[in-house]
Amino acid sequence: MTAETVLFYVFAAVAVVASMLVIAQRNPIHSVLLLIASFGALSGLYVLLEAPFVAVIQIIVYAGAIMVLFLFVVMLLNAPHEETGHDLAVHPLLRPGPLRVGGVLAAALVVELVWALTAHGGESGAFPSGAVSSVAAIGRSLFRDYSFQFEVTSVLILVAMVGAVVLASRGPTGRAR
Amino acid sequence: MPAGLAISDFYYILPELVITGGALLLLVADVLLPVARAAAAAGAGADGLTERHRRRTQILSWITLGVIGATVLSLAPFADTHVEVAGGLIAVDRFALFFKVVFLAAAALTVLMSTRYLEIEGASPGEYYFLVLCATLGMMVMAGGIDLVTIFIGLETMAVSFYILAGFIKPSQRSNEAAVTYFLLGAFSLGILLYGMSLMYGLSGTTSLRTMAVAFAGQPRDPRLVLAVILVVAGIGFKIGAVPFHMWAPDVYEGAPTPITAYLSVGSKAASFAMLLRIFLEGLPATSADWRLLFEVLSIVTMTVGNVAALTQTNLKRMLAYSSIAHAGYVLMGVVAGTPRGVSAMLIYLLIYAFMQLGAFAVIVMMRRRDVVGDELKDYSGLSARNPLAAFAMLLFMLSLGGIPPTAGFMGKFWLFGAAIDAGYVWLAVIGVLNSAISLYYYVRVVVFMYLKTEAIGSEPAFSAPLGVVVGVTLAATIVLGVYPRLLFEAAEASARTLGVAGTAIALK
Repeated sequence: MTAETVLFYVFAAVAVVASMLVIAQRNPIHSVLLLIASFGALSGLYVLLEAPFVAVIQIIVYAGAIMVLFLFVVMLLNAPHEETGHDLAVHPLLRPGPLRVGGVLAAALVVELVWALTAHGGESGAFPSGAVSSVAAIGRSLFRDYSFQFEVTSVLILVAMVGAVVLASRGPTGRAR
Repeated sequence: MPAGLAISDFYYILPELVITGGALLLLVADVLLPVARAAAAAGAGADGLTERHRRRTQILSWITLGVIGATVLSLAPFADTHVEVAGGLIAVDRFALFFKVVFLAAAALTVLMSTRYLEIEGASPGEYYFLVLCATLGMMVMAGGIDLVTIFIGLETMAVSFYILAGFIKPSQRSNEAAVTYFLLGAFSLGILLYGMSLMYGLSGTTSLRTMAVAFAGQPRDPRLVLAVILVVAGIGFKIGAVPFHMWAPDVYEGAPTPITAYLSVGSKAASFAMLLRIFLEGLPATSADWRLLFEVLSIVTMTVGNVAALTQTNLKRMLAYSSIAHAGYVLMGVVAGTPRGVSAMLIYLLIYAFMQLGAFAVIVMMRRRDVVGDELKDYSGLSARNPLAAFAMLLFMLSLGGIPPTAGFMGKFWLFGAAIDAGYVWLAVIGVLNSAISLYYYVRVVVFMYLKTEAIGSEPAFSAPLGVVVGVTLAATIVLGVYPRLLFEAAEASARTLGVAGTAIALK
């Protein structure tokens, strides 16, 4: 076992365990902090895949900006616990609803994944190796090869902005809506 | 690797550029027009306020209609073009053109329907029309997309616009609930779809559907690809409202503003079917045995559950939601057939369905008054006495949705069932016919309420010129396409021929 393989399993284990703990927490703040741990492990996986740029972006954008936003929202909403007194006795994951529906779905997905990944048929397609990781290559594919999608994305972000304005503003007739 | 946009490629994406430019123009116009709130500050009374809002809404809807008209005109040079723009990211062909015409027609009718609705609700028209145009842009990108990235970005643009539009009537609890339901379930389903797409990319090493078809051609059956197909089917199944991914539809359709419900059930559904055809016929013809089986099961379950659930509904919008689920089941038959005839039947059906569904919703919008929502079945009691014209229009739309001969709905179903039989799925067609018979019960029930019940408890329909145009156009289309469908059939067949041919040809190589 090379050091790389060991690192892969360490990062993968951290990512999986942290993600599972995210949904098992009662306190949303703990969930957010665990999500940061999961993102950190993911970024480690990206480094192992020789994609340092994506790894750094993962830390800066997700673990940095987006998680800070999450924390802000959680604190603004002032929701330290998602429970109300009476159902504190049973852990959220052990209640009948999540167990039956979510459990069955998760089990089905795991079985499907295991089946698909073990019943191996044929090799994966060829990937342009190495070149993808450099900032120059990413910039080239983003702003030249996929420039059309890039432009449509700008419309998408504008739509989201307009949506935020619509949902947060008062109506044109002046009455609070 | 796509080569990116060349200068000459801008000519081919002209319609998309026009509609984007128009949407931005609309935003600017919204800011420049005198704001109603300024009038309120100046001391204008409540009447002056609503009058200002009314004028503003009308001006903005005229601009929107102008933008849609300009986009339709800009489609004209591409009637016989077949090119892949930007090195295979989007296709400009007859298939995309057909869908773009459907989207733009539906958008125009939606705008006409919305004018009065916005006046009554007092909602701000600028953002509303901007979002309608952006949703249309997203659909156009989806229909032209022959690359997973393009399709996904188009889908996202459309979906985000609809999330906001569904919650546009902010004082209404039901509208808020619809937006949240749609957003949460939509985001979840997009995640599943994306997971499937990433598996497709991982297995083929490309996001281009046509290159993917080559990569998968002649390969032994790969279980990982089957998993990808299942995930993509689940993701798209949500968008087209197929059972068991339909749970969101009734709540969202009931809560969203009525014109948006109409546009959602027509435009979003048609765009998702375009995406479905592109992904499966262009990208995955190699695994057709797998996805045909999936869609066959999905089709049967969808029509049956949709129709049976619609039987007990007392809210007309909810009933039409379940009926639209059932219609998605019928259209899926065309995918199961997978032949050019099946595809052309789908195109025909989606166009016809657009007109009859929009017409039925236009009548519901008519019933909307300041104090009455007008979507309960009892509101239609004795409508034939109060407004014979609206009642007659509704009668024809209901008969057409049910598939009764002189109307377009019959021709659409006839063609779809014919395509299924043609491809050897006789019993699938039989189930379809049985389902149509079930569906007649709830369609005719509306007619019974309108014509045979005498007590008039509902509101007086509010007739307006734009709504009259909508009902007139949809009514004319429902009758003309039923009596003289040849033109549409020829157009649909020419469009269907351009799809999948490239994919299958490559796959067979």
